[in-house]
Order: sequence, then structure tokens, then C-alpha cells
Amino acid sequence: MNYNWDWNIFFKSTGIGDEIYLDWFISGLGWTIALALAAWAIALVIGGLLGVMRTLPNKWLSGLATAYVELFRNVPLLVQLFIWYFVVPDYLPEQTQVWFKQELNPMVSAYISVTLCLGLFTAARVCEQVRTGIQALPKGQANAAMAVGFTLPQVYRHVLLPQAFRVVIPPLTSEFLNVFKNSSVASLIGLMELLAQAKQTAEFSANIFEAFTLATLIYFTLNMSIMKFMGWVEKRVRIPGLMVEGGK
Amino acid sequence: MSEMISIQNVSKWYGEFQVLTDCTTSVAKGEVVVVCGPSGSGKSTLIKCVNALEPFQKGEIIVNGTSVGNPKTNLPKLRSQVGMVFQHFELFPHLTITENLAIAQIKVLGRGRDEAEAKGLALLERVGLKAHAHKHPGQLSGGQQQRVAIARALAMDPICMLFDEPTSALDPEMINEVLDVMTELAQEGMTMMCVTHEMGFARRVADRVIFMDRGHIVEDCHKDAFFGSPRSERAQQFLSKILQH
Amino acid sequence: MDFSQIVPALPDLWEGMKLTLELLVMAVVGGIALGTVLALLRLSSNPLLSGFAKGYVNIFRSVPLLLVIIWFYLAVPMLLNWITGDFVPVGAFASCLVAFMMFEAAYYCEIVRAGIQSISRGQVNAAYALGMTYGQAMRLVILPQAFRKMMPLLLQQSIILFQDTSLVYAVGLMDFLSSARSRGDILGLPHEFLLFAGAVYFMVSFFASQMVKRLQKRLAV
Ligand SMILES: Nc1ncnc2c1ncn2[C@@H]1O[C@H](COP(=O)(O)OP(=O)(O)OP(=O)(O)O)[C@@H](O)[C@H]1O
Ligand SMILES: [Mg+2]
Repeated sequence: MNYNWDWNIFFKSTGIGDEIYLDWFISGLGWTIALALAAWAIALVIGGLLGVMRTLPNKWLSGLATAYVELFRNVPLLVQLFIWYFVVPDYLPEQTQVWFKQELNPMVSAYISVTLCLGLFTAARVCEQVRTGIQALPKGQANAAMAVGFTLPQVYRHVLLPQAFRVVIPPLTSEFLNVFKNSSVASLIGLMELLAQAKQTAEFSANIFEAFTLATLIYFTLNMSIMKFMGWVEKRVRIPGLMVEGGK
Repeated sequence: MSEMISIQNVSKWYGEFQVLTDCTTSVAKGEVVVVCGPSGSGKSTLIKCVNALEPFQKGEIIVNGTSVGNPKTNLPKLRSQVGMVFQHFELFPHLTITENLAIAQIKVLGRGRDEAEAKGLALLERVGLKAHAHKHPGQLSGGQQQRVAIARALAMDPICMLFDEPTSALDPEMINEVLDVMTELAQEGMTMMCVTHEMGFARRVADRVIFMDRGHIVEDCHKDAFFGSPRSERAQQFLSKILQH
Repeated sequence: MDFSQIVPALPDLWEGMKLTLELLVMAVVGGIALGTVLALLRLSSNPLLSGFAKGYVNIFRSVPLLLVIIWFYLAVPMLLNWITGDFVPVGAFASCLVAFMMFEAAYYCEIVRAGIQSISRGQVNAAYALGMTYGQAMRLVILPQAFRKMMPLLLQQSIILFQDTSLVYAVGLMDFLSSARSRGDILGLPHEFLLFAGAVYFMVSFFASQMVKRLQKRLAV
């Protein structure tokens, strides 16, 4: 066996300009974070709205939200990504098409596709968590809020959402982590995020184990830091006198 | 006496199942009416129909001249005038006691924050809980929470109050602190419709007693008549069971 | 859009679907088996064993599946080469299968663990009181009850896995999605074939989820 272990590989030149392999990982991590944050913003806004819609008494609105969830949950992420990246642009207006396919930096057009895809995909999952969170509240809360004269929007704004928000933090944390992990599919349409950079490093340097070990470590650390942070947030917003874990 | 709540021939179904059958009764201004009956007889449903927390399919309910079933009625406005107290208190757990008392005054009645908090504090003092103003509901005992809930309803200056088994989720030693507040309210002339099994309270405070069974109003009479000689067999059975302990 | 070319291509697509299903079934069976072992380790009172299981689960749950697939695709042949000394061709299918099994085991482990913990302590005591060993108590009393309870969750996770098998595209395996895409490219109808593949995935996952929901309701009563 002639595998050359070399943990210093990350500080060696890639042979392109004066870059070292570590630069690749840093830039990859940057793309991963940029993807995850933008997709998460989309997912929170749309998923939050859909989640509320699913709890509304209006059959049309809740039906629409249900259809959205079923559609986006039952098609593989990769298929959705290919649709956003290869199919959808062909149906844009002429000018936008030219702009998207030719004028835009291919990295940026890939970024737009993945962000949209991942945001809308995750929105379906956020929706389900928000809906569950709202429905887990005692039914009397909505009644009590209406009994003091709140309108339906006020019932959500002042009573249901502030409580559901707290219930939903742990499951949303794990969805947030999923966004980071799922963003790696971007590597399959040529976006040089973390996984793509690790793969490229492995291929360039032949130090497969080192490259993937570092990528694994970065994902692991990212994961742990987010969990720590969200645990802290959860504690911060905990309602005095209420058991958070184990329900009521 | 003029009528505050008038319920006329109200029927309600959950799908196939009829919960209320042709219920007719009324509550006059300043009157205290106790509603009792076995579990599942439709008491909660009836009282929730009064402030439209439950829709009903037939009949009419009029509260202070406003028809509840009319689709044009501004329900939030109507509800803001009718106080309601629930079996499980239903304070808003994410808000402090002060905020619980103030929020609807501010958001529904449009009062200023200072005015709302001052009013809330005055009512808290009245139910003997001023010292707990800064706490969250989860930090109070059941009896204390229920007194706050009553104060929350009173803060809206209601024209009448609905109670749905306000003491049945409480430990025995806390029941009286809540009943005392209710008694005081009644003596001040508040119009009250109370679902309760506290027959002592009914005997002392109520003007009339309504007995329900399987969605029907079976008895509707002066309390002396009710406790003296209830006409229906079901009411007699119910009373003998409840008065045994 | 011209969907008429899909019908003649169905036999080819079926070949791809067969690979997808083969991979799925083997990964589910292997993943649940490994996941159960991990869950038992995780619940063991030996801190070394439970620590190992905990670390395993934490690591696999914090990395993308795609990373594991590519990792294994590149690393498994090298590892084998190391161990055996010769060059053993393993192929993408085997490396993907190992990747899926090991990755999913982390997720199945958490489901099985929750399932075991949901069985009351009294059941364990009752089994011991009858003179059963740990192995017997698990095999005869606890696991059968736990699996019954967690069946919907295990199936739900397997439906997610069904969708995730499409990631083998990354290592060039001809699964259902890849064969649909390659057919589409050959015929010059990439959009049609992609959308058709999406529709098939949707229908399979949707109906499977509905069945799981029904099962869940049946088990609830
Ligand atoms: N949302 C609902 N859907 C279907 N049936 C319902 C619903 N809510 C209540 N019911 C049924 O309507 C009947 C009356 O319920 P209601 O809560 O009014 O009874 P109650 O007299 O208040 O009883 P309790 O003393 O237990 O509170 C019961 O048989 C109950 O099962
Ligand atoms: Mg009731």
C-alpha cells in the first residue's frame, strides 16, 4: 500500500496561482453558509405562512398549503434542483433567460437556483413544524383569545404564534441543520461549496482521507455550534413557570 | 327587568350528532343563572354559543340587543363586551400577569398602555393578587390563576360574564377563593351565566337554575323551586348524586 | 413538451427503477439491523459502548449524505486494497450500499432507541422475573413491542431514503433518476424525462406516505 498520508496538505499550494488547499475549503464554507442562510430565510417566511394557513378554518387556504407540502415533500431534492436549474430557466421571458444563462456568472446562476430550490423545499418542512406547534397548543388558548375580543389575526399575532414559536425552536433547529447538509447537492450542478471543494482537493492532491476528514470535521463543528447556539436561544426565550421539555 | 341574554329555540349539531335541541331561556340584566347537568349534556356548548365561540345551526341568540348568529355581527366587538372564564383558566402563558390583563384592553379596546395597566393593577388588587403582577401564569397556583382570569375578563368592562366550570379544575382548598370573588361580583349586580356543579354557590347566589340533559333544557326555574322540588326524574337523580358529597 | 417518447423508454427506465429498489431494500434492511445494534449499544450501561454509539450517531447525523456517498466511493476501494493487499474492484453499487446502510443506521438508531425507551420498565422487570436473560427479554418481549410502535417512523424514514437514493447520481450509478436523465438526453427530451421521473417519485412517495398514515391510525387505537 502506498498511500501518502499528509496532514499538511491543506497548507500546500494547489498549483493554481498562490492558493493553498485551505483557501478552497474556506471559500467552499463561505458558499455553503451563504446558501444555507438565504435558503433558510425563504423557508422561514414561506414555511411560516403556510404553517399558519394549514391551521386556518378556511378550507381553500389550508388545502392549498397541504398541496404545497405534499408536492415538495414527495419529490427528491435532487429532482427539484434539476428542475429549478435545467427546466425552469427555459420558461423565463427571453431577456431574463439570456441574462440568467449567459450574462450571469455561472456560479451565481447556480447559487440562485439552489437557494430557491432549497428554500422552497425546506419551506414544506418548516410548514409542518409550525402547524404542529400551533396545533399542540391547548385548544382553549384560541378560545380564550377570541373571548376577549381578538380578531383572528390578533389571536395568531398575540397568543398562538408567540407560544408556538417557542415550541417549534427545537424541531426548527434540526431543519436549519438539514439546510446546511442539503446545500451540498449544489456540488452536483457545479457550485463550488464545501463538499465540491473537498472532492476537488481529493482529486487534485490524491489525499482523499485528509480532504474528506476535514470536510467532515467542518460539517460536524458547524452542526455542534448551531445546536449550542439554538440551545442558548431556547433557554433565553423559555417562559417562566412552564415546563418546556415533556410538554404540559 | 330587561333581557341581557336571550336564547331562542337553539339547536346545534356536530355532524350527525345533535348536541343542543331546541334550547330556550334567557338571562335578565343583573341576574345570576347557574347551569348544571351531567357531563356531556351540552352545558359548555350552550354557553360557548352565547359569545359565538361555537356556531349553531338553528334558533337565535341575542346579547344586549345584538343577534349572535347574524353573519353581519362584529363578533370580536361582541365578545369584548362579554367576559368569559374557562375551566382551565387559559391565561396566556407567555405573558406576565400584568400583560395578560392589559393586552386585550390595548389591542381590542384601544386603551393606552398606562391606563390599561393601571386598570389591570386595580383589578388585581381587588382579587387579592397585586403582589404577583410581574409573574408569569405558570408561577401561580390554580386558584390564583383563575382569579387573574376573572380580573382579565373584568378589565374589559363586560356587560355580562360567562363562566364554564370555573372551579372544577381546582384543588378543593382553592375553590372558595374563586367562589368568593364570583359571589362578590354577583352582589354588585353583574349579570352572570355560570356552568358549575357548586350547588352551595347556586343556593346562595343564583337567582335561577337551569338543568340540562342530553342537549335539552330540562329544568329552568327559580333556585328555590329547583332545590325544593325538581320536577324531572333526571334532575332528582342528578341532585341526589351531587348533594351526597 | 412531448411525452410520447416515454412509453417506448419504459423498459429502460424500469431497469433503473430496479436498481433503485434493490439499493433501497438492502439499505433499509441493513440500516435497520445496524441501527438496532447501535440502539442497544447506546442504551447499554457500559459507558464505552454507549459512548461509541453516541459518537457514531452524532457524526453521521451532522454530515450530508452526499458527502458520505462520495467519501465511501473514493475510500472503500482504497481501504480494501489496504486490508487485502490486492486491488479489489468494488464498484459504485457496493460502495453506495455501504454508505446508505451506515448513514441511515444513525437515523434508524434514534428511532429504535426511542421505541425501546417507550416500552415501560415494568415489561423488562416482568421478563426478568420470569427468568429471562437480557437477550431473551430484548428479543422476545421488548423489541417486538418496540418495533410495532415504531413501524410508522421506520417506514417514513425509508420513504425519505427512497428519495435520497437519487443522490447516487453523484457517483454515476444508473438508478431510476439517472437512467431517465440519460434517456432524455439521448432522445433530446431532457425536460420531459426529468418531469416524468419527478412524477414517478412523487406518486410512489405520496402513496407510501398515505399507507403509513393509515397504519399509524390503525396502530393508535
Ligand atoms: N368538537 C366536537 N365534535 C364533536 N362532538 C363534540 C365536540 N365538542 C363536544 N362534543 C360533544 O358534545 C356533547 C356536549 O359537550 P359539552 O362539552 O357541551 O358537554 P358539557 O355538558 O359541558 O360536559 P362536561 O361537564 O363534561 O364539561 C358531548 O357529548 C361531547 O362529546
Ligand atoms: Mg363542559
